[in-house]
Amino acid sequence: MSALDRLTRPGPLRAALGFGLGALVLLVVAPATLSQFRLDLLAKYLCFGIVAVGIGLAWGRGGMLTLGQGVYFGIGAYAMAMHLKLAQTPPGELPDFMQLYGEVTELPLWWQPFRQASVAVPATVLLPMLVAFVLGQAVFRRRIKGPYFAILSQALAAAMAILIVGQQGTTGGTNGLTDITSFFGYDLGDPVNRTTVYVVVAVCLLGCLAVARQLMQSRYGELLVAVRDAPERVRFLGYDPANVQTFAYTVAAGMAGLAGAMFVCAVQAINPASIDIVPSIAFVIGVAVGGRATLLGPALGAIGVAWLTTAASEALADRWTYIQGGLFILVVAFLPNGLASLPRVVGDAVRRRPAEVTS
Amino acid sequence: MTDQTAAGLRIRDLRVVFDGFVAVDGVDLDVPRGDLRFLIGPNGAGKTTIVDAVTGLSKATGSVQFGEQELLGREVHRIARAGIGRTFQTATVFEELTVLQNLDIAAGAGRGFARLLRRRRGVPEAVERVLGTIHLADATDRLAGTLAHGQKQWLEIGMLLVQDARLLLLDEPVAGMSHEERDATGALLQEIADGDRTVVIVEHDMEFLRKFARTVTVLHQGRVLSEGSVAQVQADPKVQEVYLGTAADAAVVAEGVDGVDGAGVDGVKVEG
Ligand SMILES: Nc1ncnc2c1ncn2[C@@H]1O[C@H](COP(=O)(O)OP(=O)(O)OP(=O)(O)O)[C@@H](O)[C@H]1O
Ligand SMILES: [Mg+2]
Repeated sequence: MSALDRLTRPGPLRAALGFGLGALVLLVVAPATLSQFRLDLLAKYLCFGIVAVGIGLAWGRGGMLTLGQGVYFGIGAYAMAMHLKLAQTPPGELPDFMQLYGEVTELPLWWQPFRQASVAVPATVLLPMLVAFVLGQAVFRRRIKGPYFAILSQALAAAMAILIVGQQGTTGGTNGLTDITSFFGYDLGDPVNRTTVYVVVAVCLLGCLAVARQLMQSRYGELLVAVRDAPERVRFLGYDPANVQTFAYTVAAGMAGLAGAMFVCAVQAINPASIDIVPSIAFVIGVAVGGRATLLGPALGAIGVAWLTTAASEALADRWTYIQGGLFILVVAFLPNGLASLPRVVGDAVRRRPAEVTS
Repeated sequence: MTDQTAAGLRIRDLRVVFDGFVAVDGVDLDVPRGDLRFLIGPNGAGKTTIVDAVTGLSKATGSVQFGEQELLGREVHRIARAGIGRTFQTATVFEELTVLQNLDIAAGAGRGFARLLRRRRGVPEAVERVLGTIHLADATDRLAGTLAHGQKQWLEIGMLLVQDARLLLLDEPVAGMSHEERDATGALLQEIADGDRTVVIVEHDMEFLRKFARTVTVLHQGRVLSEGSVAQVQADPKVQEVYLGTAADAAVVAEGVDGVDGAGVDGVKVEG
């Protein structure tokens, strides 16, 4: 086997090469070539990419159509935003919006723990995982699956957004938590610090991809596919499919939470519209377009769709929503395994052509 | 003898009711350890439902013991871990996984979480052994979905073997197989049901039954109609009556009672 062969064949070597290449593009090429404005945008897209990696695992490999990842994204985002808000508020004072709405005179109890970074930062990942674990055990034990699970998870995203909007005095309501000016003491108005945030986001994405790859290639990953395709059969082999599913779902929630936390740092604000049904569905569309069962497809799809959304909504305004829907339908109808399967589909078509001529 | 029965499968007064319809109606069944038992009966007799009840898929009343353990009321995966394995009437394997992955999953229910999170290195010994037994040693990396029908059924049997089931319940394992494949499967099952492992086979194929069964239980409308060796069961008039009705058994026709035969077919069919 030649060296080139070994590099292009699936395996740890090719993975390492791809990983290095991805790191080079994200960490060196992008910061060097993009304007600060574009780099800030890219940081935001990469956050969506992180959510998508988790969805690829839970949905692509595990068959759980997670239409409500906004919940976990939201928990992570609000946990981080609350901390940053408190950190930039002078001691003894309430965060600006609480003073403005005047509904509370004292910091609510559930805000208190987020004052400490040592609590808030782990919470951005662990809290979503805890919620997903409890929910997953409840749902998968009852063998709720397919569309019922999808509807349930989506209803949850809607419920959370409504709850936040309704509690304006303590959550910021529709406006959300805005004007986040510093990131662990670093001024977010300074481009250098914003670039640092971008780099942290990119590293998080690469880390999540590494975790997803390990899970997909492990025995657990094989078991997850088996549960997706024939849960009953797995049960008769002595496994409890509910545990297998809950694990992937919990990991996906953790990634969504991390993405939410980084999103707040990149965008310097969070509001209910960013965690509601619409963004939740947009995550899934990106994953479907990219190729849900592959490692890179979900992230690339989500980043691509997010980038297109910005580019197209600048040019097309509202019409973009319809185009996005159309794109989704096209991919689902003609490329059910997403754009990641395009090379193979085209390859098959090309190979079939000569056969048809000879026969 | 009583010792062996105690360690085998012991079913008492098993009842399964679907929305008022009694599919299994007070079945008693003893399969001694190491036996190769055939469970036969016309369509709808309740054969599959008994397997479902034993493996925890269908809710049932009565008692099902294997060895010293009561199985009824336990969860499906716990029953599986207690050493009960089954196959399905339509072969179900994990189509998008390879033969090796299928077997590796079947072999792994006892693996700890930390081991699950690591990659498989090489082929586990139990899997290696079974690959040869089920004639799939050349197909380890093929997707199970691309296997021929008979190979899928073998893969299912192989999964039971690596799962290390003590009681194997097979629902029509040779349906759709060629003659050679049937013989090979029969020989394999005889080999498996040797000493420690107990095999129960649901099957319609009479030729296969005659060749490989050690003991037979005949079910009809949710009850045990007859039980014994192949010869004993075949000689039972009750069995002949039921089987004339389904006309599935060429042997009965071959016994040369054409006139009565025809009448019997119609008569029993109306009744059933
Ligand atoms: N889930 C179910 N709900 C309602 N009725 C059922 C259910 N499963 C089986 N039955 C009925 O119970 C009876 C026994 O079915 P079972 O599948 O056990 O028969 P069988 O002996 O395996 O037949 P076959 O040889 O056709 O496989 C049939 O009348 C069937 O219609
Ligand atoms: Mg049946």
